[in-house]
Amino acid sequence: MTAPAGPVLSPSVPALRAEFGAAVTRHAVSCSDTIVYVERDRSHDVLAWLRDTPGQQFDYLTDVTAVEYRDPERPLEVVWQLRSLPRKADLRVKTELAKAGPLEVRSVWDLWRGADWLEREVYDMFGIGFAGHPDLRRILMWETYAEGYPLRKDFPLRGHFSRAEQTRQALAANPEAHYSMEELSIADAFDELPADMRERLARGERGFLK
Amino acid sequence: MSLRTVELALATPGVDAEGRATRVPLTAPERTPGYDEDFGAEHMLVNIGPQHPATHGVLRLVIELEGETVKRCIPHVGYLHSGFEKLGEYRHYNQIIPLTDRTDYLSPMANNVCLALAAEKLMGIQVPERCRVLRVIACEMSRIISHLVWLGTTGIDLGAFTPFLWSFQERERIYNLQEMWTGARLTTSLTRVGGMMADVPEAFEAGLRDFTRTFPKTLTEVDTMFTRNAIWIGRTQGVGVLTAAEATNYSLSGPMLRASGVDYDVRKDRPYLDYETYEFDVPVGEHGDIYDRYRVRLEEMWQSNRILSQALDRLERLQGAPVNVSDPRVILPPKSRAMSDMEAMIYHFKQVMEGVKPPAGEAYLGIENPKGELGYYFVSDGTAKPVRWRIRPPSFINLASLPKMCEGALLSDVIAINASVDIVMGEVDR
Repeated sequence: MTAPAGPVLSPSVPALRAEFGAAVTRHAVSCSDTIVYVERDRSHDVLAWLRDTPGQQFDYLTDVTAVEYRDPERPLEVVWQLRSLPRKADLRVKTELAKAGPLEVRSVWDLWRGADWLEREVYDMFGIGFAGHPDLRRILMWETYAEGYPLRKDFPLRGHFSRAEQTRQALAANPEAHYSMEELSIADAFDELPADMRERLARGERGFLK
Repeated sequence: MSLRTVELALATPGVDAEGRATRVPLTAPERTPGYDEDFGAEHMLVNIGPQHPATHGVLRLVIELEGETVKRCIPHVGYLHSGFEKLGEYRHYNQIIPLTDRTDYLSPMANNVCLALAAEKLMGIQVPERCRVLRVIACEMSRIISHLVWLGTTGIDLGAFTPFLWSFQERERIYNLQEMWTGARLTTSLTRVGGMMADVPEAFEAGLRDFTRTFPKTLTEVDTMFTRNAIWIGRTQGVGVLTAAEATNYSLSGPMLRASGVDYDVRKDRPYLDYETYEFDVPVGEHGDIYDRYRVRLEEMWQSNRILSQALDRLERLQGAPVNVSDPRVILPPKSRAMSDMEAMIYHFKQVMEGVKPPAGEAYLGIENPKGELGYYFVSDGTAKPVRWRIRPPSFINLASLPKMCEGALLSDVIAINASVDIVMGEVDR
């Protein structure tokens, strides 16, 4: 068992502190990865700056995800793994979201198209909203999934509903409910829908969580 | 993404009083002058999948067509969602390894290696050299079988049946070796935190040597069959093009990224497992189309074969060297000792009941999987089960560029483009 190389702080951290001052709340080095915590309202500015500033050039968004800790007091974290392909450097940017406050950050879809599905997945699994995302809807779970957000710690491993209820809902699902609103509008199919489905759509009975 | 799609996508979601969808304005096709009204007036919605052999798994594509041209492609994923990330939070680090088999099930050994490396990074462990060589062998064998599946199925999608048989025949030989080593063909669970499940058996090295000697023959045959084949070129060149800037912006990785001309390979640029000491080249495409993706993957198989024979040389040199770390807090003691030595038995018990305990902290580690960069991100609070286990799924992220690539393509090209992404739905949906 050899000790890992001593903690090496990414040179982007002092540069970020000089540029954004108090908006960079703290930083840490864990397993030789540098982590920078930024304020929620400035996260988009920080990420845009990191992408566009010569000398930083974090042109590649490796991953977007979120973390919830077992300690219920701790805030949720949104994590952006950034990489600079030309400089071969990595940086992890995080922002903390208090559970009492609005679970929302600015989307980085306008900076990296790769964020499209990644942000949808975070929304799907954690219920964190991304303001400015053009198409924020569930991706892995189905659109009418009503049990909540699976990767939250208050979500039981087997789901909120009983197995019987889950089966009942699956059997009761309408085949046409597998088309999203968007697709129905493309097909111009509204007039061809059965009356009961039109009625349900009129009541807003799909696509949104209850 | 074109301006048109952005505008449509930004429209407010919801329904009007009647229940009509207001999320997207109903399409009014742009009329080309002289275009026949009968054909041009209507857009058609085509649903492909989820049960369709050409979608390579349970992928569903909803495609808006104008004539035969794709106006928009909306992928639906999640049919195979198993909640692996959630399950990982309820398991010890070593118990997560069987879950990784089932994500990208075309390269299970490489996933196992990534998990072990990520957990070891979290714990600050360096494994012995023989273990690193064995892991390189596991990764490169996985790359070859995964690319062979890609080659065979893509050939079938585009109407070429014979290369499918050739590639699956070769793949079978690797699977036999895999079975010899791990006892399983699919769910290998090969690695452990701090070492391997097993060293290679006796006949393995000779078998793999034989493979590396004869495999180039098949590659040459495939090359002869495809590379200058007029039909293949016609179906693949200039189809599904992504520029280097787009590929980077869409966070693509692996052969998809390199085919677009971005020279980034995790093995070269953030070396792990001593990859910097192996001699191999990273093929980089130029046009970012399906043909270049094919060339990149084909060349990668040649290079993997090169790495395999180098790794076999090293393995010979390291005959009898230790595979696992000697720390009993990390790795199980040998079974013979656990049955005779009190201390070893205690360690065995603690290891099985309590699991490996990394310190509080977090680590992200990405490796170059056949599909692209596979990354595991662990957050630990010092207990034996991770607080968060995040998979950075290369197939999922690569697949997100599908709507972009399909825009303006023909319907039959959608099948080719989708095949060129090289997805595994087990990993897309996790």
